[in-house]
Formats: sequence, C-alpha cells, structure tokens
Amino acid sequence: MNLTRRATANLLPPIIFGVLFVAGWQLFVRAADISSFVLPAPSDIWSSAVDGHSRIVSAAGHSGLNALVGLLVGAVLGVLLAALAVRVPVLGGTITPLVAALAAMPIVALAPLLNNMYSPLSTLPRREVVAISAFVPIFINVLRGLSRLAPVHRELMQSYAASGTAVLRTIRIPGAMPYFFTGLRIASSLAVIAAVVSEYFGGLADGLGSQITDSVGASDYPAAWAAVIGAVALGLIFYIAALVLERVVVGRRATSPF
Amino acid sequence: MLVLLGVAVLGAIWEGYKAWAPADGVKLFGTRILPRTTDASMPQLSTIWHAFGAPEVGGAITFGPTRSVLDSVITAATHTLRWAAVGFAIGVMVGFLLALLMDRLAIFERALLPYVVLSQTVPLIALAPLVSKWGQGSSIGSFKWHTWMSVAVIAAYLAFFPVAVGMTRGLKSPSAVHSEYFRCAAAGWWKTLIRLKLPAAVPFLVPALRLAAAASVVGSIVAEISVGLDGGIGRLILTYSQQATGDPSRVYAAVIGAAVLGLVAAAIVTVFDLALWRYHRGVGSR
Amino acid sequence: MSDADAGQERSAAVDLTGVHKTFAVRRGSVVALEDINLRIERGEFVSLIGPSGCGKSTLLRVIGDLLPPTSGQVVVNGKPARRARLDQDYGFAFQQAGLLDWRTVQANIELPLELHGVDRAKRKDRALELLELVGLSEFAGQRPPQLSGGMQQRVAIARALAERPALLLMDEPFGALDEMTRERMQNELVRIAGETQAAVVFVTHSIPEAVFLSDRVVVMSPRPGRITEVIPVSLGDRTDDTREAPQFYAAITQVREALRGKPIAATGAVVADIERAQGAL
Repeated sequence: MNLTRRATANLLPPIIFGVLFVAGWQLFVRAADISSFVLPAPSDIWSSAVDGHSRIVSAAGHSGLNALVGLLVGAVLGVLLAALAVRVPVLGGTITPLVAALAAMPIVALAPLLNNMYSPLSTLPRREVVAISAFVPIFINVLRGLSRLAPVHRELMQSYAASGTAVLRTIRIPGAMPYFFTGLRIASSLAVIAAVVSEYFGGLADGLGSQITDSVGASDYPAAWAAVIGAVALGLIFYIAALVLERVVVGRRATSPF
Repeated sequence: MLVLLGVAVLGAIWEGYKAWAPADGVKLFGTRILPRTTDASMPQLSTIWHAFGAPEVGGAITFGPTRSVLDSVITAATHTLRWAAVGFAIGVMVGFLLALLMDRLAIFERALLPYVVLSQTVPLIALAPLVSKWGQGSSIGSFKWHTWMSVAVIAAYLAFFPVAVGMTRGLKSPSAVHSEYFRCAAAGWWKTLIRLKLPAAVPFLVPALRLAAAASVVGSIVAEISVGLDGGIGRLILTYSQQATGDPSRVYAAVIGAAVLGLVAAAIVTVFDLALWRYHRGVGSR
Repeated sequence: MSDADAGQERSAAVDLTGVHKTFAVRRGSVVALEDINLRIERGEFVSLIGPSGCGKSTLLRVIGDLLPPTSGQVVVNGKPARRARLDQDYGFAFQQAGLLDWRTVQANIELPLELHGVDRAKRKDRALELLELVGLSEFAGQRPPQLSGGMQQRVAIARALAERPALLLMDEPFGALDEMTRERMQNELVRIAGETQAAVVFVTHSIPEAVFLSDRVVVMSPRPGRITEVIPVSLGDRTDDTREAPQFYAAITQVREALRGKPIAATGAVVADIERAQGAL
C-alpha cells in the first residue's frame, strides 16, 4: 500500500511534467508558427524518426559500437592503472595529477589529431577518443575506492601480518566495487557523447554525429532532431546497462543512480 | 616534481615509439591499432615546438601582418575562453536557481530531478548543430543577436546540469542533526539556506563547478564548429587540420592550446575554491 | 595456529619490562607510556582501565606489535612481540567490529585462516565451530549490516579466536553497546575465555565491566601514561548473581578509589562498610 503511494508520488510528477512539456512544445510551435529550422514540432520529429528509422538505427549501431569498444578499453585501462597507482605510490603520484589535468581538457579536441594518424576510413580515432574519455572517470573513481582503508581494517590486517597484495585483494578491491560502478555509470554516458561528438571533427561518417551534421547541412531539421533523439536513446541504453550491471554484481550494496 | 617527470615520460614514449615501432604502425589481425610513425602522422616533438613560432601563412586571419601560430592560438583561445565564460556564468546561474527551486518546492524536485539526472547521461551536446541556428541574425529591439551568443548558449546548456546536480546534492547534504537544530531554532527557509545549506553545499559545488567549467570549454569548442564561428580555437583546429596534409604540427599546436584552455578554466575554479577554504570539510564529500 | 613450545610452557602470556612509548607531535613530544612493567600469566584475564589519555589503547597496541615501543622489552608467548605477531599468537578485537560488509559472517570468521593458507574444508569446519562457540550458528550466511552491534562483536570475537591464539587483545569491544547487551556480552566473554583458556588483555572505560571480567585490574593514569595500581579481584565463578554481591561493589569501590588516587582500604573493610549500610536501610 505504502509502496504504491510512494511510487505514484515519485513517478507521477516527472511523467506529467514530461507530457505537459511535449504537449506545450507542440502547441507553441504550431501556434507561433515557428519554422522547422528553428524548432520542429514533436509530431514532425516523430514522423521523421519513423520514416528514417532504419537509417537512424544503423547509425546508432555504428556509434554504439564505437562507444562500447572505447568504453571497454578505457575501463580496463582505468582499473589497471588505478590498481598500479595504489600499489606503487610513486607511480600514483605521477599519474594522478596527469589524469586530473586530462579531466579538465576537451578530450574530443584530440579527434583531428587522431584522424590524422590513421587512414580516413578507420574507426580507431573515435574509439580512442571514447577510450580516453571513459578512462578518466573510471581511473579517478577506482583510485578513490582503492585508496580507502579504514583504520580498523588497517590495524586488523597489520595484526594478521598480511602483505600489501593481500590487503589489496581482500579489502581494497571489494571495497572499491561501488566506486568502480559510479565511475562506470559516468563513463558509459561520456562514451556515447564522445562517440557522437568526435564525428563532428571529420573522418569516417557512419554514426549519429554525422547524421546530425548532414541533416543540418541539408536543412532537414526534423531528421536532425530525430537523430539527436536516437543519440539520447543510445545514451540511456548505455546508462541503464551500467545500472543493471551494478545491480547484478553488487546487489544490495548498489548506490542510488543519483 | 613528479608531474614534470610524468610529462617527460610521455614525451619519451612518443619519441620512443616513433623510433622503434615499425613504420607502418602496429597491426593486429590486419587492422592497424597503433599509428604510423612517419612525421606526417606523428610529428616530432621538436617540430611541434617550432610550429608555435612559425609564421601563419594562409591562415584564418588574412588581414594585417602575418602572425605566428602561437599568437593565433593564444588569440583564438582567449576568444573561446570569453564565450565559454559567458556560457559558464549563465549556466551556473540557471543551475543554481533550479537547485534552489527544487529545494524550496518539493513538487518541482519530484517532477524535474529525474530529468536532471537523466540529462547527465545523454549527449546533449548532440544538439549543438541544431541550437546554433536559433537566433541567428535576429534581433529583439536594439539587442542584436551575435553568432557568438549561440556558442555561449550551448556552453551554458552543458554547464548548467552539473551545477544543478552538484548544488542539489549539496543542499541536501547537512546531517539530520544540523537540520533538526535549525528547525528547533525556528529558522525559516531563507535563513536555513544562507546559514546551513549553502555553506554545507560548498564541497559539492566546487567539483561541479570544475566539471561545468570543463563542459563550457568543450561546449564552446564544439559549438564553434557547428555554428561556423570564426575566431575561436575550435574553428582554428578545424582550419589547421584542413590545411594539414603534409605538416600536421600546427594542428597539434592548436589542440595543445585547447588543452591549456581547459586547464586554465579549471585553475580559475580552483582559485575560487581556495577562497572558500573556510567551508571545506574533512571527509568524502565528493 | 600457535604452538606452545616445551620451553615456553612456563613463560607468561605477556611480559613487559621497562616499556616506554613517546610520540613526536607538532611541538615536542608526548610521553604516552612511562616505565610499564607488567606480567600476565597464561589464562589470566587482565583489564586495563583509566581516564582518556592514560595510554591503555597504546599499551595494547604495543603488546600486539601494532606500535613499536620507544624502549623496553615486550615478550609475548615467550617471543619478541614482532615474532608473536608474525606467528599469529594472538587475536585482536577492536571497538568497531571491523567486519567486511561484503563477506558473509562465516567468510568474515574465515578471513585470518584464508590469509594464512588454511585449506577450504578446514576453514569451514573451524568457522562453524566458532559460530557455535559464540552462539551465532544460524547467522552463518548473513552479512554484517544485517546484524545488531552485539552480534557483530560476537563475530569479531569469533574471528579473533580463529587461530586458537593463547592471547586475546581487546580494545573496548563493548564500548558501543547498550548496558543490557553489554552485560550479556560480558557473560559470554567470560565463558568463552574459560573454554578456550586464552589469556585476555582487555581495555575498558567501565569499572563494573573491568571488575566483572578480570582476575586483575590494572589502573592507569595519564600524563605521562603509567600504571598506578594493580588490583586483584577474587569473585570466584562469574554469574549473574556476581553483579549483586557485596564483594563486587567492594571491588568496584577499590578500583574507583584507585582511579581517583585515594589510598585503598582492604577489601574486607569495604565489604563490612557496605553490609553495615545495607543493614541501616
């Protein structure tokens, strides 16, 4: 009983808000007679999406694959380097500030450089941009998780005369799991964003990013918006996948998505 | 310092790879996974260094005496910084107000928060090419819409969400003990806000501001390309890369400029953070 | 597992001679422990009690080789403290139980055995044995967040006993519990210590707790940390009735007066006083 009331209280307002928003958008566009190059009506976007859905889906597939490959590579690198940074503090002292600096930089700006390094038809540049974008939050979060060692656990391990590796294995790594998943959630969203945006800088044009720029170039704004919605959907899929993975691996200890 | 050592190591890896790796790059199962080592693909570090000093011939700026690439990069970076700063300021204000609104009226929080959270997960920046068309060439009264304002709007768009999320989390952060005390003392919403919630929110706000600053810079750069706005570093990177066939070192110069821009933006936030030292807290608020 | 060599049969569980511990702080240094001399026999239960800053927790950690003494000798189980730690001759129980939330209760108890290479079957048997000892057999598959504070401490104690140590070092393990649970846990601990015949060094703030549990109560005072008094307690077998016996109150009075720095009357005289007071009521 209480659960249903709570669910309604929490789900209803955003749903109502969303419906009102879309309805308001539709009315505003029609009533103010706004031309589609400024803001197309939701109905136009929908029909464009339906018509071009195979095109959007295939583009989403390419962007999604780039995002996935880059995410996996970036995640593995992030975890390995974070573990290394904890185990060898000197290395950690060198790598961590560099990664912090990398976090402040516009990573997608590397796309033109990478495009130059490979053949024009290679998918590698954008996957590398994704990998770097995903690596940063995972490294930072896993490092934070691995660095925590509660004083009581430290003394406990000391009383067991346990080696540094044993401490890493039994306490730091399991304790760092929630942090890893926080990083993964952030990284999965960033991966999609990087995959889409890296196409704005030229190179192979098979993903959602080029769909958007091509549609804008052809002044087909409903199609561009439809591709944007495709990108949004792709981002949501990745994010939800990360949430599900967390729930499966960590179970009751999963943190809230907020 | 270790950081300088790290940078030196990176430089050594770059040159080392160029020296020892096969000229055609490293191939795995027929696809090249590591780049070619020719100078056209990976310029020598010294070439990049010299590129900064080279005169910029046939560049984006065609009037006046030719200037060095370094000058161009600095000028472009400054323009982008200004547009990003405007976007940042707007985004921060809007994010701040939205967080306050959600704190004041629970119904707004329930309605909007899921969207705010979800917005962090979706590539809003994909909208940049579309939003860029808004307002182009239009004017309201005597206020003319310049193209750079579209760039600032996109930057604001990206800056606003981290600030809204960070601020909301921060406003909720005071412990029950503190909140209950303020209720006992019959402090109203405003007083509680100023004296408890805002100071408590500082440790959450600062990382969010740093994120927002980086996001503003990225947003500006991407927006410049989508909007087609000359004068900023995004456009400069694109221009140089179109000219780059034999000598990509200029593109490197411009990208380094963009990277430095990002660092400068983050540094400014950090300075601001230092001014708020009194509100720093000990353990894990990030 | 710790073996007692034939040559160590007669040696004490803990033997401290001239132990000093100084900490360097921002301005100069703090003498945490000054000239500690103490001998604890096998199977003996000794409490360390004193106000904050008297060094009792520091002393416990020096015994356990978690902190090195600045000078003096620490012999545990006939060996230097470091050797005793490496040989796992003692188990340590902390005030926060320090259990690992992601492991089941059983896996938590198995932790030291796992770290020291005991094979899976033997680990499981030992863990189940210990669970029965502390009365938590039905909770083997639960996780620490699902247990109450008292239960978590019981798991921590079971874990401390995993390798059959001759010595238990306990740092205010019941400090975070409410009074009723505390008394129950004290009863449990007395029983467990008796059954395993382990010596126990127990740090506490609570006078009744120290008196109830111990064979001897070591009273310490701060600035610098030192032992002011060692009070023997002879209350026989501890039961719930022990807490209401006049001798119990007499012993508490003795300890309290030692803490205050007053001269201590003989137990008999104190008991007589109490009985007279009870008669007057």
